[in-house]
Amino acid sequence: MGELKLMKGNEALAEAAIRAGADAYFGYPITPQSEVIEYLMAEKPWERTGMVVLQAESEVAAINMVYGAAGAGKKVMTSSSSPGISLKQEGLSYIAGSELPCVYANVVRGGPGLGTIQPSQADYFQSTKGGGHGDYRQIVLAPASVQEMSDFVKLGFELAFKYRIAVLILSDGVIGQMMEKVELFDPIPRMTDEEITAKYPWATTGKKKGTQRRIITSLDLDSHKMEEHNHHLQEKYRIISENEVRYELIDCDDAEYIFVAYGSSARIAQKAVQLARAKGIKAGLFRLISLFPFPGKEMAALCKKGVKGWLAVEMSAGQMVEDVMLSVKGCAKVGHFGRYGGIVHSPEEVLHAMEEKIIGE
Amino acid sequence: MTEEMIIAGFGGQGVLSMGKILAYSGIMQDQEVSWMPSYGPEMRGGTANVVVIVSDERISSPVLTVFDTAIILNQQSMDKFEKSVKPGGVLIYDPNGITHHPERKDIIIYQIEGARLASEMGNAKIFNMVVLGAYLKVKPVVQVENVIKGLKKSLPERYHKLIPMNEDALNMGMNNVVKLN
Repeated sequence: MGELKLMKGNEALAEAAIRAGADAYFGYPITPQSEVIEYLMAEKPWERTGMVVLQAESEVAAINMVYGAAGAGKKVMTSSSSPGISLKQEGLSYIAGSELPCVYANVVRGGPGLGTIQPSQADYFQSTKGGGHGDYRQIVLAPASVQEMSDFVKLGFELAFKYRIAVLILSDGVIGQMMEKVELFDPIPRMTDEEITAKYPWATTGKKKGTQRRIITSLDLDSHKMEEHNHHLQEKYRIISENEVRYELIDCDDAEYIFVAYGSSARIAQKAVQLARAKGIKAGLFRLISLFPFPGKEMAALCKKGVKGWLAVEMSAGQMVEDVMLSVKGCAKVGHFGRYGGIVHSPEEVLHAMEEKIIGE
Repeated sequence: MTEEMIIAGFGGQGVLSMGKILAYSGIMQDQEVSWMPSYGPEMRGGTANVVVIVSDERISSPVLTVFDTAIILNQQSMDKFEKSVKPGGVLIYDPNGITHHPERKDIIIYQIEGARLASEMGNAKIFNMVVLGAYLKVKPVVQVENVIKGLKKSLPERYHKLIPMNEDALNMGMNNVVKLN
C-alpha cells in the first residue's frame, strides 16, 4: 500500500505531478487552484527529482512553455481555473494541431468572465467541445475525489503520451479545496534525454548527424495535406472514443431513475441516491469519469434495461445534459438540475429535482 | 458509523484546524474522512466553517446542509446553523459572545466554555482543542489516543513539545462539557 495522507485535492494533484515523473510545471496562480503552485514551490521538486517549477508571467506564457517543453518530449503540466483556462485556449489548439502530449487541470469556478471564486461546472462545453479553434478533441477526466486528483495525473500522462494528446483533468472548487484521505502512488523516475530521444521519434531533442530533422508545427499551407492531417486526427479521436471510455455505476442494477453526474456533483448525487433509496425510490447514479470520450453507448444500453428517467446534475445551466439526450435518444425522459454561479447544490435539492421533474410527471 | 458535522466560528479560532485534526484522527483508525472548508470571501470576511465527515464507509457528498452535530463558536454561525442540525442531533457551543442561545427542543444541546478555560490554562490558542475535547466526550467518533497519534504524524518534529499541552486541553474540554437539556 502506498503512503496515506490527508490532502487537499489541489495538493494531491501537485504531489502526483512530482511522483508521475513530470519534468516541468508552468503555471500562474488563481483561486481556487493556487495551492497547486504553492505546494510545488514549498515542496521544491527540483531538489527531489529535478522537476522544473516556474511561475510564468501569465497563463498565456505558461501554456506556451508547456507547448515548447512538450515538443521536446518532456512530461509537462499546467493548471488554472476557468478565466485562466480561457486564456490558454490558443496554446491548447496549437498543442492539438501539433499532436503533443500534456496534462493540465482546470479547477473550475463560476463564470462567465471573472465570475466568482466559488465552485462551478460551467466549463463543460469548453472542455469537451473544443475551447480553442479547429476540429480537435482532448481527453477529459473528471475526478470526484482527492484520490482521483492524484490518480488521474498518472493516468493522464499515460494517455497523453499514448495518443499524443492533451489530457484535461476537469476538477472544480469543491474537489480542489476539500481534504480527503489519499493513497499516493510510488514515484516514477523521470526519463533521461536519451530515453526520450529513443522512445519518441517526434520529440525535438536536437538533431544529430545522420538523423532526420524532427519538426513540431500545426501549420501546413497545403490544404490537401491539412485535410489529410485532420483525417488522421479524427481517426485518433475515434480510436480514443472506442478504447478510453470510463464511468462508474452506483446502484444502477435495478434503478428506474438515474442521476448522471461527474466530479463534485456526482458525490452530491450519490448522497441523493441514498436519500431516494431510503424513501423507496429505485434510484442510481451514472458517474462519468471520462467526459471525452463520453460513455454514450453505455448510457443507451442501460436505458433499454427499463430506466424510466434520467436527471443530469451539474453545476451549470445545462451543458452535459445535451450529451445525455444525444446518447439515450428519447429512450426515456431526460431532465436537468443544477445550481450555478458558484452555488453548490445540496443532496436534498437534487433529490427534490428528480421527484419534481422526472418522477412527478 | 457515519458522523456528519459542521464546525463554525470566526477565522482565527482554529475552526479549520480542529476539523483537520479530527479528519487526521479518523485516518489513524482506518476510517474514511472528508474535510470541506468554506473558502474565499466568506473566510476573509471573518466567519469560517468546515464540514467534516468521518465514516466506516465510502463517503458520498462532502457538501451537506444538515448535520448530525454542529459545533458553533460565534453568533453568526448560531444564526446560520442551529436550524441545520438533524432532529435528535447534537449542538455544542461556546457561550462566549453568544447573545441568542439555542432554543430548539428536538436536539441535544451542550455548552463548553472553551474561551474561558483556554485563557485560564494560559494559552488562548488551545481553545479549539478544548472544544474538540468537549465534542469527543459527547461523540467519541475517534479515540483520544488517535488524536494524539494524528498530531504526532501531522506536526513537524519541532512542535511535538506542544502535544502534552494539547492533550491537557482535550481533557479540560472532556471534563467540562455541560448538557443543557
